Amino acid sequence: MAQKQFTVTAETGIHARPATLLVQTASKFDSDVQLEYKGKKVNLKSIMGVMSLGVGKNAEIVIHAEGSDEQEALTSLEETLHSEGLA
Amino acid sequence: MSSILKGIAASSGIAIAKAYRLVEPDLSFEEKKVDNPGQEIERFQQAMATSRSELEVIRDRAKTELGEDKAAIFEAHLLVLSDPELISPIEDKIKQDSVNAEAALKETADMFVAMFEQMDNEYMQERAADIRDVTKRVLSHLLGVKVLNPSMISEEVIVIAEDLTPSDTAQLNREFVKGFTTNIGGRTSHSAIMARSMEIPAVVGTKEATSEIQNGDLVIVDGLNGEVHINPTEEIISNYEREQDQFADQKAEWAKLVNEKSVSKDGHHVELAANIGTPADLEGVRNNGGEGIGLYRTEFLYMGRNELPTEEEQFVSYKEVLEGMEGKPVVVRTLDIGGDKELPYLNLPHEMNPFLGFRAIRLCLEETDLFKVQLRALLRASVYGNLKIMFPMISNLSEFRSAKAILLEVKEELLEEGVSVSDDIEVGIMVEIPSTAVLADQFAKEVDFFSIGTNDLIQYTMAADRMNERVSYLYQPYNPAILRLIKMVIDASHKEGKWTGMCGEMAGDEIAIPILLGLGLDEFSMSATSILPARAQLLGLSRDEMKSLAEEALSLSTNEEVISIVKNAVKL
Repeated sequence: MAQKQFTVTAETGIHARPATLLVQTASKFDSDVQLEYKGKKVNLKSIMGVMSLGVGKNAEIVIHAEGSDEQEALTSLEETLHSEGLA
Repeated sequence: MSSILKGIAASSGIAIAKAYRLVEPDLSFEEKKVDNPGQEIERFQQAMATSRSELEVIRDRAKTELGEDKAAIFEAHLLVLSDPELISPIEDKIKQDSVNAEAALKETADMFVAMFEQMDNEYMQERAADIRDVTKRVLSHLLGVKVLNPSMISEEVIVIAEDLTPSDTAQLNREFVKGFTTNIGGRTSHSAIMARSMEIPAVVGTKEATSEIQNGDLVIVDGLNGEVHINPTEEIISNYEREQDQFADQKAEWAKLVNEKSVSKDGHHVELAANIGTPADLEGVRNNGGEGIGLYRTEFLYMGRNELPTEEEQFVSYKEVLEGMEGKPVVVRTLDIGGDKELPYLNLPHEMNPFLGFRAIRLCLEETDLFKVQLRALLRASVYGNLKIMFPMISNLSEFRSAKAILLEVKEELLEEGVSVSDDIEVGIMVEIPSTAVLADQFAKEVDFFSIGTNDLIQYTMAADRMNERVSYLYQPYNPAILRLIKMVIDASHKEGKWTGMCGEMAGDEIAIPILLGLGLDEFSMSATSILPARAQLLGLSRDEMKSLAEEALSLSTNEEVISIVKNAVKL
């Protein structure tokens, strides 16, 4: 099980394009990937799940990955967060 | 089998092309038990896969044709289609309850739609629409019905619809839509106005276009005579091709008048201006020799989208129009929403009588934030041309005074911010409510100009809903009651040294023009394509003779009597 905490810095939080990219990235991996916010966990491969969290600016989020490629998944998601200016 | 539908000629010209039905498909189904859930799940997965590959094609085409921005929406739709949180509950439901895929899909999707709609975030509420869209697509594949993708039309077609809303028309690709025909509507309905501004032939109010015409039928839209031919014979087609040529010749004849002045035979000059909806219409105005913009309908900026346009977006459009007209007058009508023009994102309550309800200036004076954004954008743009601002639906003087006070307040704010604003912006009103026409002498002391909106003035004076075909015979522009109201307005403005224009359909009408010239109308604003025929007519009329004709018309008792004396006098 790999996990890491981030603080969302993007003005608009995680929705629209950033959410799409995160889900697309997570979906490339076999591991189960989850996004946790305010104690609620959703499947990070689900666009509707991610958007239903309504993650805004300054939110503390945790990404959990579990499975054969959990490390790669986490690294890759971290890159997406940074390259999109999300965290 | 060849057949003909009769309707109302809404936009002139002739179009010949294959039919494209813009009709919401019937997606009704019954919930039922299935014997083999495994097979049902497979059927569901098949429909999902078909939907996905269809959306991928649409996305790729949207990317190349509409840009990355517009394609993003389809990217989101694709993700919804692969969403495990959507797929697994549906499959579970099919398995556990042995229900058909349609029912399982609908129930699960509805749950998500409800969840997103409840969120108090506008963005999330829009996602509900995405889910609904995607569900429709999958459902239609399950049911074996064709899905509509109007923005993706890529061959010449004639659009067949019940009615066309402004947002439908905004989605249509002007390059490929050669004409359209609808079941409902009249000469002044939005679909008709849009057709004229797009300069494509249209016949509206055919009652049965959608039931009689199938996808792929060859259709002729005769926008001159109000006829629609379905699968016509070779002979009819070649006759129409000839007529198409003649119409083109006539247009070429008119085109010679592009740079001529609009003057009567005895030297009286009037202004022939155009009605526009977007900056894209400017080209038509130039090609048709418009001497100004008599009506810029700003509501199109607000339509076909999910949120209000920003001040900057509006400013860019206004500036483009003002610069494009190179100092010629541009009358901009402030937001006229309500009635037959709805903005879903404003969440206005449904009304029993929208034409008599909370619309136009009534809404703007209540929602002043929204109004101020528009006024700021207009005033900022004012330095780029000859701007005139016009308030719609004014029924009494205090509305005008309040609207003008807000305008002045916004102007002060801008000047304080150091933004330059033009010093001579005329501020006028639409005259479309009888109370205002009757009290025009009082209004004339305070406004800079009047513009008579005949479509609404006739509807309110005759108490006849212009969307209701059964009372369309009451749309009587030449009824002496209407003519007398028009005269009151023109006379009142002249007495105060002001001017009167007209921006309803009547201004470009060959029977009305002689009378309006005689009544002293200063500006005639119409669909761009009507300008040259109007100029041609005007060149042959004497203002003095028309004065007497108008006087005679005012003394008559019916619409028909007026038509008949005009036809006699000017040989139509």
